[in-house]
Amino acid sequence: MGRMSFVFRRLLLLVPVAVGVTIVVFFMVHLIPGDPAATILGVHATPQRIAILHRQWGLNRPLLSQYWLFLDRLFHGDLGQSLIYGQSAATLISARLPATLWLIIYAAVLATIISVPLAMIAASRKDGVRDHLVRVVPLLGLGMPPFWVGLLLQLALALTLHIFPVTGYGAGIGGHLRSMFLPSLTVAIALSPVVIRSLRASMLGVLGADYITTARSKGIPGRRLFVRHVLRNAVIPAVTVLGINIGFLIGGTLIVENVFAVPGIGQLMINSIFQRDFPVVQGVTLVFGVLVVLVNLLTDIAYAALDPRVRFDR
Amino acid sequence: MSAVSLITVAPEHAQPRRAHWFKQAALMSGLVIIAIVLFMVIAAPLLTSYNPDLQNLNVTLQGPSAHHLLGTDQLGRDTWSRLLYGGRVDLEVAFIAVLFPFILGTVLGSVAGYFGGWVDLAIMRLVDIVVAFPFYVLIIALVFVLGPGQRSIYIAITVVGWVSYARIIRGEILVAKRQEYVLAAQSGGLSNLRIMGRHLLPNVITQAIIYAMSDIVQDILAIVTLSYLGLGIQPPQPDWGTMIADGQNFLTTHWELTTIPGVAVVIVGLGLSLIGDGLADLLRPGES
Repeated sequence: MGRMSFVFRRLLLLVPVAVGVTIVVFFMVHLIPGDPAATILGVHATPQRIAILHRQWGLNRPLLSQYWLFLDRLFHGDLGQSLIYGQSAATLISARLPATLWLIIYAAVLATIISVPLAMIAASRKDGVRDHLVRVVPLLGLGMPPFWVGLLLQLALALTLHIFPVTGYGAGIGGHLRSMFLPSLTVAIALSPVVIRSLRASMLGVLGADYITTARSKGIPGRRLFVRHVLRNAVIPAVTVLGINIGFLIGGTLIVENVFAVPGIGQLMINSIFQRDFPVVQGVTLVFGVLVVLVNLLTDIAYAALDPRVRFDR
Repeated sequence: MSAVSLITVAPEHAQPRRAHWFKQAALMSGLVIIAIVLFMVIAAPLLTSYNPDLQNLNVTLQGPSAHHLLGTDQLGRDTWSRLLYGGRVDLEVAFIAVLFPFILGTVLGSVAGYFGGWVDLAIMRLVDIVVAFPFYVLIIALVFVLGPGQRSIYIAITVVGWVSYARIIRGEILVAKRQEYVLAAQSGGLSNLRIMGRHLLPNVITQAIIYAMSDIVQDILAIVTLSYLGLGIQPPQPDWGTMIADGQNFLTTHWELTTIPGVAVVIVGLGLSLIGDGLADLLRPGES
């Protein structure tokens, strides 16, 4: 079975998940207690606004027909109309998506830069002092609320030392790199414990493999052995670990964007929650779901491309 | 979900005795940390005489003193007292919140693993759909829809959290159901319910318990994060997330207001992670 049909099969498997994601987002409306329109609008409720929502969601139709309407609009790129901004939710979201994508990619890069050396240090001398020190990192790191880490970094590196801007997105690539460093570092710190643990384990697994014993017996020096043989084979699991945790990574951006006022879809979501702008919240939830599904697909394909042992006919 | 990968550590080779000792020490120190924290929040009325909600505008934003061990916040409330009573709320909600997904996930995971076929397919597709949403996105969206407060936290954490338990238990059952004792029970004519409940579950539940330790940490973080955003524990109830959010406005002048509750979260997280690691070593001797 060839590469193309592998990709095709993976795409086919996506269909039920994608349908499920739309069902979950669709049902958000129906989980709201009472008249969803009146509840969502809260103090902003006027008969006119309630009527707009009822018409938008087709609330007087049967459930299946409502869902069909929702899907139909979705296929036309229509996520509904913001109740606050007087713009379509899709417009609002697409304007803010770049900042979030920046944050996700920047954070993934920083997480790799932090995790790979630490995992290597730990794995190179198993049960040594440095190994134990590195193993403490996840124990502490997993209990740290990302928003709190963000606040501390803000305090230390922005408010006290003035090395980085306190908030914002910056302008141009240089500006983005500087302004987004602290938010990305925050997400990376939240992600690193998981990555370090998995990487350390997979490096230890590689170290125990027969071909490493062979390479050792050929007299290849330790450093070269590690870089050429161990690291190369441990990078593949690293990609997978990052892929598995993409939901965590993307969810982390949601919180961190609000600490650093990054104008991404996470900030849009929280702002919209406080303004009870339901269509926008719904739209962002859907986009987040789609983002995770797409990245998972890309990880699978990257995995298959990186590792010749992965067969395409699974 | 993220934490699943924590416990699927690749097999390591025989560990020297020193490493084993380290793990046991981990379990003990984790238990000690959690015991101390639990004692402090339960005995809060004995450890502080201040009402955590009592405002005193004459003593706002004070540093630590004999009267106020950790100082006061912007409304003159005693930080030490708020820390203890806030911990009470957060830990109580977290420890209760972890039970529902544990039970739901274990039941659905057992059913999926044991019966297989279309039941398995349906449950696992459900897992795929929940996992498609980032943890915080789905939790925050659900709490928003259901309205802030503890009930919504329980529902949201259950809806999102069960999938990890289901995956773990299903995987374990798939292996265990082919073992001879299960085949013997089946040929002995025992009912499926009895086989699952009396014979399979006791053998596979340890994995879920180990995972529950890291899951509580995640739940505490979720509760604190929701409260920080104003969607979780509602004032006037004290809570670590609200404390951090309140302190944020005074970050440059009174950094301790933000730092202290965060340190409390980290200490609890450390204690639970140590217990989880220690338990993993104790209950899965063959693997690590």
